[in-house]
Amino acid sequence: MLRQRTHVTSRCGRVMDRRRSSEPRRQDRVTVDNNNMGLLSDPNRRRALLGLLTRLNAPICVVCYMAGVAWFMGLAFEPFTLRTYMSENAMGSTMVEERFPAGERALATGREFAAHKKKTGGMPVDWLVRTMQARGLEVFTQSFSRTLPFPDENKERYMVKGTNVYGILRAPRAPRTEALVLSAPCNPGDENNQAVGLLLGLAQYFRNQIFLAKDVIFLVNEHDLIGMQAWLEGYHHTNTTGMDWSPLQGRGGSIQAALSLELSSDIITSLDLVLEGLNGQLPNLDLANLFYAFCQKIGVLCTIQGKLQRNDWDSVSGYSHAVQTMMLMVMKQASGRPWGDHGLFLRYHIEAATIKGINSFRQYKTDATTIGRLLEGMYRKLNNLLERLHQSYFFYLMPSLSHFVSIGYYMPAFGLLAVILLLRALDLWVQLMTPPPRTEDGVIDIEQSSPGVLSVLTPLVISHLTGVALYMLPVRFQEMAVEHFPVSETEAVVLTAIAVYTAGLALPHNTHRLLAGEGTEQGWRVLKLVAVLYLAVLLGCTALINFSLGFILALTLVPVAAFVTPHVPKVLSAFILVILSPACTLLFSVFFFQELQEMPVSFQDGWVLYLSVISQGILDHVLYGSLVYPLIALLVYPCWLLFWNILFWK
Amino acid sequence: MAAPLTLLLLVAVTVRAALFRSCLTELIAERVEVVSPLTAWKRGKGAPAAFSGGVVLTPLIIYLFHFLVDYAEVTFMLADVITAVALYMAVADYNKQVFRKQKYALEADRYPLDCLELIRSPKEMYYIPLKVAMFYLLNPFTILCCVAKSTCGLNNAIIALFILTTIKGSVLLSAIFLSLATYQSIYPLTLCAPALLYLMQRQYIPVNFRRFSFWWFIAQYAFMYLGSLFVLVCLSFFLLGSWDYLPSVYGFILSVPDLTPNIGLFWYFFAEMFEHFRLFFLCVFQINVFFYTIPLSVKLKEHPVFLIFMQLAVISIFKSYPTVGDIALYMAFIPVWNHLHRFLRNIFLVSCVLLACSALFPVLWHLWIYAGSANSNFYYAITLLFNVRNFPCNRTNTKLRRRRKETREAEAVSRTERRHASGTSFRFLQLSYAKQTELH
Repeated sequence: MLRQRTHVTSRCGRVMDRRRSSEPRRQDRVTVDNNNMGLLSDPNRRRALLGLLTRLNAPICVVCYMAGVAWFMGLAFEPFTLRTYMSENAMGSTMVEERFPAGERALATGREFAAHKKKTGGMPVDWLVRTMQARGLEVFTQSFSRTLPFPDENKERYMVKGTNVYGILRAPRAPRTEALVLSAPCNPGDENNQAVGLLLGLAQYFRNQIFLAKDVIFLVNEHDLIGMQAWLEGYHHTNTTGMDWSPLQGRGGSIQAALSLELSSDIITSLDLVLEGLNGQLPNLDLANLFYAFCQKIGVLCTIQGKLQRNDWDSVSGYSHAVQTMMLMVMKQASGRPWGDHGLFLRYHIEAATIKGINSFRQYKTDATTIGRLLEGMYRKLNNLLERLHQSYFFYLMPSLSHFVSIGYYMPAFGLLAVILLLRALDLWVQLMTPPPRTEDGVIDIEQSSPGVLSVLTPLVISHLTGVALYMLPVRFQEMAVEHFPVSETEAVVLTAIAVYTAGLALPHNTHRLLAGEGTEQGWRVLKLVAVLYLAVLLGCTALINFSLGFILALTLVPVAAFVTPHVPKVLSAFILVILSPACTLLFSVFFFQELQEMPVSFQDGWVLYLSVISQGILDHVLYGSLVYPLIALLVYPCWLLFWNILFWK
Repeated sequence: MAAPLTLLLLVAVTVRAALFRSCLTELIAERVEVVSPLTAWKRGKGAPAAFSGGVVLTPLIIYLFHFLVDYAEVTFMLADVITAVALYMAVADYNKQVFRKQKYALEADRYPLDCLELIRSPKEMYYIPLKVAMFYLLNPFTILCCVAKSTCGLNNAIIALFILTTIKGSVLLSAIFLSLATYQSIYPLTLCAPALLYLMQRQYIPVNFRRFSFWWFIAQYAFMYLGSLFVLVCLSFFLLGSWDYLPSVYGFILSVPDLTPNIGLFWYFFAEMFEHFRLFFLCVFQINVFFYTIPLSVKLKEHPVFLIFMQLAVISIFKSYPTVGDIALYMAFIPVWNHLHRFLRNIFLVSCVLLACSALFPVLWHLWIYAGSANSNFYYAITLLFNVRNFPCNRTNTKLRRRRKETREAEAVSRTERRHASGTSFRFLQLSYAKQTELH
């Protein structure tokens, strides 16, 4: 013990000696540049690391970017992904036997529903109420109305009025504290009649079974998501979007899971699972596992993103198929809109998915009875749940229905991109801390080193004001625009948005010079440091909430943030900057998405589609509270403007 | 100098008034980072006299708001203004003293050559008080606290007044404000050590346990402090007519029954803990706040104002229900030591982490509570990171302590060979401090 202690002290002594001996050397350097002491006071290793990072900054950034993209592309490679597995015990171990027999009768009900729908010219509320009552459900209706901020040209609606009809099947076996939902939208035209028929058929079948321990709510909602929004808000006593709806008369327990059914033909070839919900939220992976397990068991072809799964992962075409599937999921998730009626359930902690029947030219067909059996099986398993689905993943990407990539695997791809921003910020910080070589005049140095708050604050404020304008003006000024220009309301909104966006490019770099005088060399560095850190935090938060959106934005904005200085060739960089701006990213995404869906469009159609995507984005925000439009307008766009500002720093 | 301060106050009040009128108020008032059960305005409003249920405001605050409930917004803005002005005056006074000492030392030619750049020019020091006021008033954390009507703003005002009166050298007022602060939340009790050290330094009483004058001064201060605390406690008793508030306020602070997530370190641990370990770990956690007073005041007895800063930081990290308002108070003091900023080792990293954490708090809260896709671990990870971030100033300080022994050698060396005395930058710091305080 004693020896040990002396050993320790002697080692301490040696350390002290070494430190002392290094003092004179350090001091010499201190006299060379006095202000650089912040770095020199640190241990040698830190200095070496800093030196390395600043010297090799550009190559490291390039390597990180490539590595990030490569990592992301690697995610779709099957050996790097995990096989899906059921995590929830309550759904895993018990087998159920599906006996649903009445597919044909369900289709007949569907045809009857179609006839009544045609007759009333909308939702046949009375018929539905009667039919549901005849099947032994407690039936209630809810009426709602909503005026859109501007006409929705895709779905041709402006002042929406509708009724939801829902029937509650009370659980015979347990206190009614929990519920499951099966919904089918009542679409105009000839669509989705079979889904309503099957829903009613299942209701009749479930009525006679004794195994149910949770209420099952059968919901037919009108005007797809708007109706769903009204019903969910009514069920949970919230009102987040200012919609008018009548309160619900009957309620079940707290909803554990929900499926939305879309079925437009009597027989189908495959079932497609849609997971992407509002703001890129996904249901628990166990719900997808459940669907996949039953499709395997019953022998129904199942797809995700409309893509079948292939077994030849080691071939090029197999890999590109997986990449396509995953990219489709990424694009859909990044759009932040609900891709099926289930999308709004997720906001209320309800795991939900949409199941879509697809009828293509395949030989192998599936009839309504089989789909009914599949749904019965899924509901019986969900009925077994003892607690909410929480065991499996909430953050995942799916390159195929049987494989997934969890957050731990895909976040490094984003992390590698985000690290570039931090490295650039570090580089700028070191540059700012190191004073420029001293001239005879000390005064100039001091002036240069303090760029003044104004020269940084002004561009920040102006670009954010432009962002606020981009957020507010399109909807506010549509009437004025319609009066003065020969455009429809929707066009007016979209074109105003584009106009404000382009006007923003001209605005900031002209005004800050007037207010703050000549910008200094240090000034743009400070501004860029602020902008880079701002972007890093912004993208980080976005990626946590909606990975796909964060990743796509990072892919385009990080290079911009990394290379922009006032000293790069102006015209070329301005061109690159515009190409990589959020609006152009959206334009490319539209084309890319169409390409992925194997429905390529001409430039003309693509442009029309682009305009409609913008109007849909604004509508999604106003109607359902999607966050993508405000995020882009209020935060991402101003941040990008800062870089634009730096490029034209004078 | 009054004009910029007035302008600053106007700007600050305008920002707050604008936010009070906006729709963000409700949103901010619900954020767990901004309000704790101890400071939430909702619990204070219309609170019954009996201390049962969720009410954990001190009786005097409740009594105060009996009258001010209609002018709550003004009161909270006023509290912020008072804090800022008090800090401004305190720092101005403190700077004057520092400058005087520095001048004597310069005249006596006591500084080694390489310390000269640490000497602060009057121009630099001229703006420091204003910067302090600005750091407090325009700090987003303070603004959030004020808009959320967190009583943390009132506590900060009391502590700021305590600092002001201490620096002005008024023993009685210092004791009274300290007792008020203690009455509000127990933790400011630890500030009595720096206050005593400062007042003794000011009255040239040596910190020596064998001297009678030392003990006499402590006795005086303790008498005033305990006396005013006694008055406050009795006053609350007469207001309420019962002692119920003692367990429900101070018991609440010390035994941490409310485990609503916040930016502190307690909730996660105590939510996970087995019940029979609870008392033990309560003691372990609570002792953190009080324990650091002893080593810190031994090592920093020459620099009591720095010690106040350290204590405020320690309190804001280790108290049971911290909010961002507590952090804002100690962050306001950062400009006072701006000549030492170059010695901070990780200032870039630390500010990045602060930025990231402040943004991630609401995001992870959203993911946990609203989206349901993340869980409490995500949020607590950020809480931990945030509190680790709060440490670096402590680290510079431990560094200070560690170097203390070397300083004595360094001082000896500095006399013989001044050019070589400035080994590491911390010795600069130490030397300058040592020289400044040698005057006593």
